[in-house]
Amino acid sequence: MKVKKSITLYLRYASVCVRSAMEYKLSFLLMIVGRFLIAFTEFVAIKFLFSGLEEIKGYSYGDILLCFSVIQMSFTLAELFGNGFKAFSGMVKSGEFDRMLLRPCSPILQIIGTRFEIGRTGPMITAIITLCIGVRHSQVVWSTATAVTLLLMLIGGTLLFIGLFMLGASFCFFTIEDTSIINVLTYGAKSHGKYPIDIYGKGIMRFCTYIIPYTLIQYYPLQYLLGKTTRWIVGLYPLGIVVFLAICYGIWCAGVRNYKSCGS
Amino acid sequence: MKKYILFFRLRFATGVQYRMASVTALTTQVIWGLMECLAYKAIAEASGGNLPMNYSSIVSYIWLKEAFLFLFNTWAADNDIFEMIRSGNVAYELCRPVSLYSMWFTRIVGGRVSEVLLRCVPVLLCAFLMPKPCRMGLPVSVGAFMLFLLTMVLGMGITVAFCMLVYLLCFFTVSPQGWRMVFTGAIDLLCGNIIPLPFFPEGYLKIAELLPFAYMQNVPFRIYSGDLAGADILPMILKQVFWVVTLIVVGELIRTRVEKKIVVQGG
Repeated sequence: MKVKKSITLYLRYASVCVRSAMEYKLSFLLMIVGRFLIAFTEFVAIKFLFSGLEEIKGYSYGDILLCFSVIQMSFTLAELFGNGFKAFSGMVKSGEFDRMLLRPCSPILQIIGTRFEIGRTGPMITAIITLCIGVRHSQVVWSTATAVTLLLMLIGGTLLFIGLFMLGASFCFFTIEDTSIINVLTYGAKSHGKYPIDIYGKGIMRFCTYIIPYTLIQYYPLQYLLGKTTRWIVGLYPLGIVVFLAICYGIWCAGVRNYKSCGS
Repeated sequence: MKKYILFFRLRFATGVQYRMASVTALTTQVIWGLMECLAYKAIAEASGGNLPMNYSSIVSYIWLKEAFLFLFNTWAADNDIFEMIRSGNVAYELCRPVSLYSMWFTRIVGGRVSEVLLRCVPVLLCAFLMPKPCRMGLPVSVGAFMLFLLTMVLGMGITVAFCMLVYLLCFFTVSPQGWRMVFTGAIDLLCGNIIPLPFFPEGYLKIAELLPFAYMQNVPFRIYSGDLAGADILPMILKQVFWVVTLIVVGELIRTRVEKKIVVQGG
């Protein structure tokens, strides 16, 4: 019952946000097109780089595009749903969060509901285009199992980025200063995650497995997709992100408990 | 002239105020640069030394790009100016007995130089201390370094003159941020910010070189690492001069039109 009510409320929030964005149609359209183009030029850059190359460390052009589209798509989805966390420091500073805590409904729902920005879906167009090219040109043999793994990569990636946004917002509880350092982890992964992580070498691999588990949604399932490992369990690794999300949620809850209003 | 120097100094002083914010930005830039170096290392290995630029040039290019990011970027603009145009406070600016174009030009240059002076030193320091394959090299020669400095100034002139056009066009539209975003991606690619221009396939490179964006950071960074050398340099510098002059003249023309028909709303 409570879940149903929350979903209805979220949809109400989202529809209000969409309608308010539609009031400025030209601005909205330009935002979509602009974000689409920014992502698209990155795809063009990959195409240019590969004009003189066959493969990088065993990954073909199609495989890289597959990685690129998965990361773009999950980042876009995460930004669409978790955008409120990115704007959270502003909510704390302006006292908006104090008001949210007073209302008889989950603060997370209010945070993500009030900042639902449909204009952020632009990169999705690029992601879909590159996904189609990637699926056709990669070395992957498509079957139900590989398709499920690809889907899990997308879902896992979305959850991973939402978790990171939540983590960034949690920092605001402990310091109201600018916490843009989390951007390295989110935007950094978005721009550098287009290559399979193992090409960056061992040190980065370790960081991306044990500190922030990027490899769970990118490197490992990709190995399964490309048939470099036959253990089917590897294809289910993206599910591990649930644990990461739970940890982020734990930190968030600890933050909310410690929260002291900063006035204004 | 003295008053323009004052505008420069004013903006410079404001820029220097935000020291802490640059610590996080510094970390971001160093990690960014390092990741790019590592990616190109894999690409260089994959190509078997068959790249359009040699690896050490690419590394220098990447670090210079990170160090001077705020000198050459076309996307991060002086938000005060947008706000002034939007709110109507620009009327005060027009009342001042100085040329709007020169005033804003010097102001933007001041903002950029102050930001970059703070950021480039730590980034370059990190770049020179990186472990071997990702370490930035010294300029290929003293002459190249001098030309690097000269083309940096010219490149910045083109960037700022281009940004001035963007500001002036804001007088004609109510959603400048949207329009800016539409062009950001394309310009980023064309000025060599996403991948260095030598990586472009032949035909696309020809198109890119017809546009002013190829003469912003592309020229100085490639001269520094010796990728652009000898007889190739002079035409590049001439084209830079051509674009600085053209963009400033066009900007001035638009400014006179703006000043004639401007209607300040609100404020």
